Amino acid sequence: MSLSPEQVQKIAHLARLELKPEQEGAYARQLSDILEMVGALARADTERIAPMAHPLDMVQRLRADVVTDPVGAEGRAAFQAIAPAVQDGLYLVPKVIE
Amino acid sequence: MVSSEAKTGLKTPDAEWAEKWEAVIGLEVHVQLLTRSKIFSGAPTAYGAAPNTQASAIDLGLPGVLPVLNGEALRMAVMFGLAIDAHIAPRCVFARKHYFYPDLPKGYQISQYELPIVSQGHLDIEVEGQARRIGITRAHLEEDAGKSLHEGFGDQSGIDLNRAGTPLLEIVSEPDLRSPAEAVAYLKKLHQLVVYLGICDGNMQEGSFRCDANVSVRRKGEHKFGTRTETKNVNSFRFVEKAIAYEIERQIEVLESGGAVVQETRLFDPDRGETRAMRSKEEAMDYRYFPDPDLLPVVCTQEYIEGIRRQLPELPEAKKARFMDHYGLPAYDAGVLTAERALADYYEAVVESSGADPKLCANWVITDLLGGLNKLGCELAASPVSAGALAGLLKRIVDKTVSGKLAKEVFEAMLAGEGSADQIIAARGLVQITDEAAIVAAIEAVMAKNPSQLAEYRAGKDKLFGFFVGQVMKATQGKANPEAVNKLLKEKLASP
Amino acid sequence: MSAGTRGPGAGSGEALHRLSIRQLAEGLRARRFSSRELAQHFLQRIEAHDKTLNSFVTVTAERALAQAAAADARLAQGAGGPLTGIPIAQKDIFCTQGVKTSCGSRMLDSYVAPYDATIVRKLHAEAGAVMLGKCNMDEFAMGSSNETSWYGPVRNPWDLERVPGGSSGGSVAAVAAGLAPAATATDTGGSIRQPAALTGLTGIKPTYGRVSRYGMVAFASSLDQAGVVAHSAEDAAYVLQAMAGFDPLDSTSVDRPVDDYCAALDRPIEGLRIGLPKEYFAEGLDPACRAAIETAIGQFERLGARICEIRLPHAPLSVPTYYVVAPAEASSNLARYDGVRYGHRADGARTLEELYKKSRGEGFGAEVQRRIMIGTYVLSHGYYDAYYLKAQKVRRLIYDDFKRAFETVDLVVGPTAQNVAFKLGDKLDDPVAMYLNDIYTIAANLAGIPALSIPCGFVNGLPVGLQLMGNFFDEARLLNAAHQYQLATDWHLRRPHGFE
Repeated sequence: MSLSPEQVQKIAHLARLELKPEQEGAYARQLSDILEMVGALARADTERIAPMAHPLDMVQRLRADVVTDPVGAEGRAAFQAIAPAVQDGLYLVPKVIE
Repeated sequence: MVSSEAKTGLKTPDAEWAEKWEAVIGLEVHVQLLTRSKIFSGAPTAYGAAPNTQASAIDLGLPGVLPVLNGEALRMAVMFGLAIDAHIAPRCVFARKHYFYPDLPKGYQISQYELPIVSQGHLDIEVEGQARRIGITRAHLEEDAGKSLHEGFGDQSGIDLNRAGTPLLEIVSEPDLRSPAEAVAYLKKLHQLVVYLGICDGNMQEGSFRCDANVSVRRKGEHKFGTRTETKNVNSFRFVEKAIAYEIERQIEVLESGGAVVQETRLFDPDRGETRAMRSKEEAMDYRYFPDPDLLPVVCTQEYIEGIRRQLPELPEAKKARFMDHYGLPAYDAGVLTAERALADYYEAVVESSGADPKLCANWVITDLLGGLNKLGCELAASPVSAGALAGLLKRIVDKTVSGKLAKEVFEAMLAGEGSADQIIAARGLVQITDEAAIVAAIEAVMAKNPSQLAEYRAGKDKLFGFFVGQVMKATQGKANPEAVNKLLKEKLASP
Repeated sequence: MSAGTRGPGAGSGEALHRLSIRQLAEGLRARRFSSRELAQHFLQRIEAHDKTLNSFVTVTAERALAQAAAADARLAQGAGGPLTGIPIAQKDIFCTQGVKTSCGSRMLDSYVAPYDATIVRKLHAEAGAVMLGKCNMDEFAMGSSNETSWYGPVRNPWDLERVPGGSSGGSVAAVAAGLAPAATATDTGGSIRQPAALTGLTGIKPTYGRVSRYGMVAFASSLDQAGVVAHSAEDAAYVLQAMAGFDPLDSTSVDRPVDDYCAALDRPIEGLRIGLPKEYFAEGLDPACRAAIETAIGQFERLGARICEIRLPHAPLSVPTYYVVAPAEASSNLARYDGVRYGHRADGARTLEELYKKSRGEGFGAEVQRRIMIGTYVLSHGYYDAYYLKAQKVRRLIYDDFKRAFETVDLVVGPTAQNVAFKLGDKLDDPVAMYLNDIYTIAANLAGIPALSIPCGFVNGLPVGLQLMGNFFDEARLLNAAHQYQLATDWHLRRPHGFE
């Protein structure tokens, strides 16, 4: 499995990563190496093997429907103290076009 | 282009295009579940709070936070599944759906993909006397996103994440709907159901019940589906009808002029009554679903499901049938009274505490109460006359304290907030005269005052009976019991 | 240390950083030294040595002294537990309210966590341990050499030209150099055990679900598990005891009682059944390391353990499986870093897409970007089945191997790493070579079982690690076996030159 610089750019776009042009080649090579290593999986016989998403054989626990975290103006102030850009309690981003 | 008025004028498949074309419509409805806290966090879900004051660390997707499923959201989803006769998955899985958008804090939405909680249900609708069964492919649990505000921040948008993490049930219909009218009928039925079940407040203005419409058209007789578009942001029954009608017409026009429909996401503009392609959805999405490793499989045992089934409220159709059967109401009355669970409950409370004839109660609720509320522009929940208060009035009709006619006057006063039926009857002196001696005295006075009419009547001019009734009622300011007046007057007039 | 600078008794001139946690706790109770003095001692050592090692991202001296004062007050009342007043260091992956939590990334360089991780609360607020600071680490725990940190590489105290291993490189370097008695760490594919091996420490990764993940910055959610690095199994037992337990905030936390790890340490291991997986002694293992491992196994035999060979036939597929599963989960977990609510935000982005791409392009280093891209790729349309689903199936085969093995043995033992610490920069440009560092450790994460590494010898003056893997929730047995070995050996007592 070998990735071209164009494919790398496509993946980078999907992952919202800006790559510098000089990174493309190295990434293409390294990602191809990794995929080649990973390619060994194809040899494993997994006929009738159920995929394993999780090491624990447990089921989801349910939470009671209770407000335990009211947040409020105080909570917002604490959370927005670490925010890059806020105004009137809202997080700011370059204009969203729908 | 045909003007938008012409397009939105379409209502039924009898429209012009229906001879050559067939519309294929499927609806995706997002129902906000009426839980106190969010689906994966302990933050409140109340509507209308100041921006970001209900967005917890988990809702904001801070580093290191983890989700834990709200059991009530699951219970509500199962309840819905049972109500539409669907399959409830004994084991369902939450997946992550990835896309970057500022109102989606984690860069993924926790949703269900391969194994939804509810699948293969149905809803029966009726349009112009035609009954149809609409398939419901699936209903799955997911978290809501936040909101982007585009005005007031210059070249920026403001993000409010209060809504992020609110539990949603996304209900996906089969492409079984064939006209805007059917789509609306389905939507109304669904709306009624989720409100009945108490799993949604049904408030469309606040976004508690939102609809996306998948629309395609094909030539009559064609089996293959056409290319579909998805129209978002249709948040009222009227808009759904308009948006779908517009989209059908637009697609037909494209095809008839030799073009091809593009599979895309469109946005309904209620001001212009049109749909337009969404710029933010131009690129093909690759959501990269995979099972959320922070959550484990959700298991619903048969015991758990049966427990919920036992708690299911009576559903609209069953209730209507019972109202007809048990109260002897005509179908129309039963239908009106069971359209909303709150109204049905109101009606039953009136019947029970008044002890009055169920049909009489139905008349009062449908005509007087609903009519009165309508005039006041007031919802049932905010009605100035409670079921108990209306029952209090009906009791006075039953025990003949007040006549049916004067009762209307009492009810008007009750709507105006003047007090209970008894208070108003006493204050206005509207107690009916049923004392025969008093009525006889009034009759004798009238007979004494009108000797010539009396003579004519006794000579055979029966028509004058009405004249005497009127005079007696007038003399008692309308308070004499009409039946007693009739009976006693007949006796007195007949015997000199 | 100059004699007579401290108070009376054994405290005077005592090399506090050479004492075990049990000895420190006894000293505190006997008033030979105060928690405040302990904290000062370690803070001074950090001051003196960490410019060389770079093992801390943040030193929280003020907080440490305040916590120490509180611990002293508790101890004065005869209250507190075995960790009360004991200084420890936190890997900078655990959220600490009011203290920068960088995860070794430029992305979180300015991130001051607004809440405490569950284990931070348990260790400090509940158990009374004193936090010295936050340890350097590979960026977002992705790395095996601690060279991917935004804060620069950490050096191995045994040889400053060599890596300490990763991703918990700061944690191990600090403990190995005596800058902290113990440190928390995390292990997604070997990030506790491999660096512990490379620095002569004992490091335990518990069973998946034993320690809460709440407040631990996620790398790969189905593999991440918090643990501890310390000099000995006994020290590790004390710290793990305070960390482990059910947490209702973590859906993957297991609601079952925690064994008494400390009480289990002294049990004899007579009759312990140890399995040696053939696959762990195959090509690639350095012969000198292999010799040290075999000597250690001989020691276990002398302690009464019964040794047999076992097979883990799918072990060779661990690395490929891991490099699908871990990047897939990482690409998802790291999607939240978008420069909107916290973290690095690029200047001058005019559009939303620019904001995302520039912030993430600048905020993440090369290794993180590589893994995000691999993860994005294996989950993307058309590749999911061939990569992700396939890896999940192979994961089950690996899990089944262990299940079968534990039907006949109590522990699985082998090397922790193929070789001793390598030189800084040696494998930086070859990700695949770097990934093979975790060839022996990854399987335990995929299966979810507990595993630990203990020092078992030296090759060219560099420590060699022995790995012990146990059945689910068998931490007590692992620590017991390691402790019995350490009673009979002194590898864990060796200290690097210059840091004695």
